[in-house]
Amino acid sequence: MPLTRRTALLGLATSLSIGRTTLALAAAPTDKRLVVVILRGALDGMAAVVPYGDPGLAELRGEIVPPGPGQPDGLLDLGGFFGLHPALAGVHAMYKANEGLAVHAVAGSYRVRSHFEAQDYLESGADHRMTSGWLNRVVAALPPAKTVQPEGDALAVGVSVPLLLRGPARVANWAPHGFSQPAPDLYATIAALNRSDPVTGPAITEGLRARDFSTTVMAGEEEPKERNAFPALARAAGEMLGAQDGPRIAALEIGGWDTHTVQVNRLAGPLKQLDAGLVALKTALGPAWAQTAVLVMTEFGRTARVNGTKGTDHGTGTVAFVLGGAVAGGRIKATWPGLGAGQLFENRDLAPTTDLRAVAKGMLASHLGLDAGALGQIFPDSHGAGAMPGLIRT
Amino acid sequence: MDTRTAHALVRFGLGRRGAEPLPPDPTAWLLDQIRQPDPARFDDPPTTAKGLAALREDRATKPPPGESRARALYKAQAAAQLANAVMTPAPFRERLVWFWTNHFVISLRRGQCTAVAAAFVEEAIRPHVTGPFNDMLLAVIRHPAMLLYLDNATSVGPDSLAGQRSHRGLNENLARECLELHTVSPLATYTQADVTAFAKILTGWSIDLQADPPGFRYRPFAHEPGIQTVLRQPFPPDEAGGITALRFLANHPATHRFLATKLARHFVADDPPPEAIRAIEGVLRDTSGDLGATSAALVKLDAAWQPATKLRTPMDFVVASVRALDLPADQLPPMTGILAGLGQPLWAAPAPNGWPDHAADWASPEAMLRRIDWASGFAGRIGDRDVIEVADTALGPLLRSETRDAVRHAGSRRDAMTLLLTSPEFQRR
Repeated sequence: MPLTRRTALLGLATSLSIGRTTLALAAAPTDKRLVVVILRGALDGMAAVVPYGDPGLAELRGEIVPPGPGQPDGLLDLGGFFGLHPALAGVHAMYKANEGLAVHAVAGSYRVRSHFEAQDYLESGADHRMTSGWLNRVVAALPPAKTVQPEGDALAVGVSVPLLLRGPARVANWAPHGFSQPAPDLYATIAALNRSDPVTGPAITEGLRARDFSTTVMAGEEEPKERNAFPALARAAGEMLGAQDGPRIAALEIGGWDTHTVQVNRLAGPLKQLDAGLVALKTALGPAWAQTAVLVMTEFGRTARVNGTKGTDHGTGTVAFVLGGAVAGGRIKATWPGLGAGQLFENRDLAPTTDLRAVAKGMLASHLGLDAGALGQIFPDSHGAGAMPGLIRT
Repeated sequence: MDTRTAHALVRFGLGRRGAEPLPPDPTAWLLDQIRQPDPARFDDPPTTAKGLAALREDRATKPPPGESRARALYKAQAAAQLANAVMTPAPFRERLVWFWTNHFVISLRRGQCTAVAAAFVEEAIRPHVTGPFNDMLLAVIRHPAMLLYLDNATSVGPDSLAGQRSHRGLNENLARECLELHTVSPLATYTQADVTAFAKILTGWSIDLQADPPGFRYRPFAHEPGIQTVLRQPFPPDEAGGITALRFLANHPATHRFLATKLARHFVADDPPPEAIRAIEGVLRDTSGDLGATSAALVKLDAAWQPATKLRTPMDFVVASVRALDLPADQLPPMTGILAGLGQPLWAAPAPNGWPDHAADWASPEAMLRRIDWASGFAGRIGDRDVIEVADTALGPLLRSETRDAVRHAGSRRDAMTLLLTSPEFQRR
């Protein structure tokens, strides 16, 4: 079996060990594709989608705001009040093609500004700690997949499975690395010796099956040119999601957003990687892009004011993106709270006006056809956050 | 070898090294490691002064990545640390060093702390693993590696002289993580106001890179004036106020509960029984955080002697594998690169909460396959030795009959060694 793609991806192992970038995939009995991108470390929503039309912005953070639309390296306009960070040109093209929208002043129900707790709640989708992720429960809520590879299971690329996709629906994964591999019969003996072990047994069985599947799909591919892990993994996700017998649900994660110092310099790199990855995902999906909806989310926003070291600290309201050929895009969905005196949350952060779970529920309802009962199980404490209408083309 | 000895070697220690003599009394052997001085010796001991001098030179000369002095220091010091873990006659004490290094994690991924990462272990962690927790906390928060990693070196009180002149200000990163991850944890239900006040208390705790030798420096001009209140407790300004605040946090009941939970998770089980946590918590409370007494209490905890339930992390797995083969010091594999390939690069955790201590976080399918792949390559080092003997020597009564049979029937010594290293019993501690 040709191993071109695997060999090519060997180069990726280095990038993987530098950034916190992983990809997980799951099968589902549908032609619709759903991708969730987690931005770990808290994206400054007001830097990604800048409310340049708000008169309060300059006083809070004038020194870190890019020039306005139309100026060199200026914001990419989103209809006269908001502007995209100039590194997000690919996302801007999706917006202009009515395939992308941003939901602003969004947050989960969590307010304590700890990365780790907030990420747990973001991924488990509940107000209390759970051991499974909401995307895993989406897989469980759909009817079992039939002939989908690898045999109705999830497939995760990277050495760790994010909480978002952990849970009762089984997860397998595959990733490139630089170690040699034993012969198949030795693998088989190792799997047999571990079979009775509740931890190592299932992991080894799933790992072998997932590698087999990935190798088949990826055989004979050209070496990816991207230097960065995220665009390359996003492309791999697109290729696997685009395959006729491939998985349908994917989770990607990318770090680098915790911009406590010199934010202008620190944010450009991760934003460019994110943008390149989203474009690579679209390209690799090909015609399947029309059936795709992507949710880009982060655990919370950052302080409205620039801090003492030209960065921003942990905040509350932020932005989420909904992208894809299936999305009713070309709009900003926001109940804008304002940045003036008395309008900030705790006189510090962008006040949240939309519950992130309402966005996710809106996508799951219209895109995957999940009913209120299923949505209530996927997001257990979310009665107050009704599914947001109008996100998906009908 | 009896079961208790085997557990002492793999649960509390780092795996038996070759055919090293078995301790006649496993409990006494462990307690002795806490009482005796740390035997670790380094030919070129890492120091903050050396590390910051390298950083200073890199900043001045801006060398290409391959020629960075900081990177060169890191590579040599990381290799020396891992070699020490393989060779140490006091593996329980070394495990405590790892545990506390991970509790107070710093990471090469941000803050330019690469050149002082090893110095952080040697200066802030190792000297304090059997002393008062308060001493370790103070050494950690003052250490340039931590001040760089979590941005405190550049945090300035907004109403300090420096703040008013330069329009620079507060960075609350270290203060928040110190509350959440180093001391009281969310158990104490602190507020944003507590975080901000503690960040003000820590203003001025900085680094002087130009001094000779370069190192920690308290900068009064950057310190926020006035009394600050954290968890309803007022603290005076100046450096002494910060030291008092750290002592208060170190001895807070929530800190004792949090530390006890993490220690029990590491030495008992992923989800430790509440009575084990309470026992350790009680020792921390009664001794005002004496980590020597606390470590001894872990050894005396019956629950910590139950059959091996903890999955070895990649670092545990690689070190135990190298110890089992008893390779001489000059023939060790390139462990720093191996750990990166297995998803646990040394001193490079993704975030300030450190590496996870739950099996689920290390047992993803691909992670397990990578271990197997690495083990199959490393098993080639077996040479002409008898793998059954290596297996019995390393695991004693923990070796299962199925594994022994598979090892005996393997097609080659190398395959046999691969089967030993990848067996469920060798993956555990």
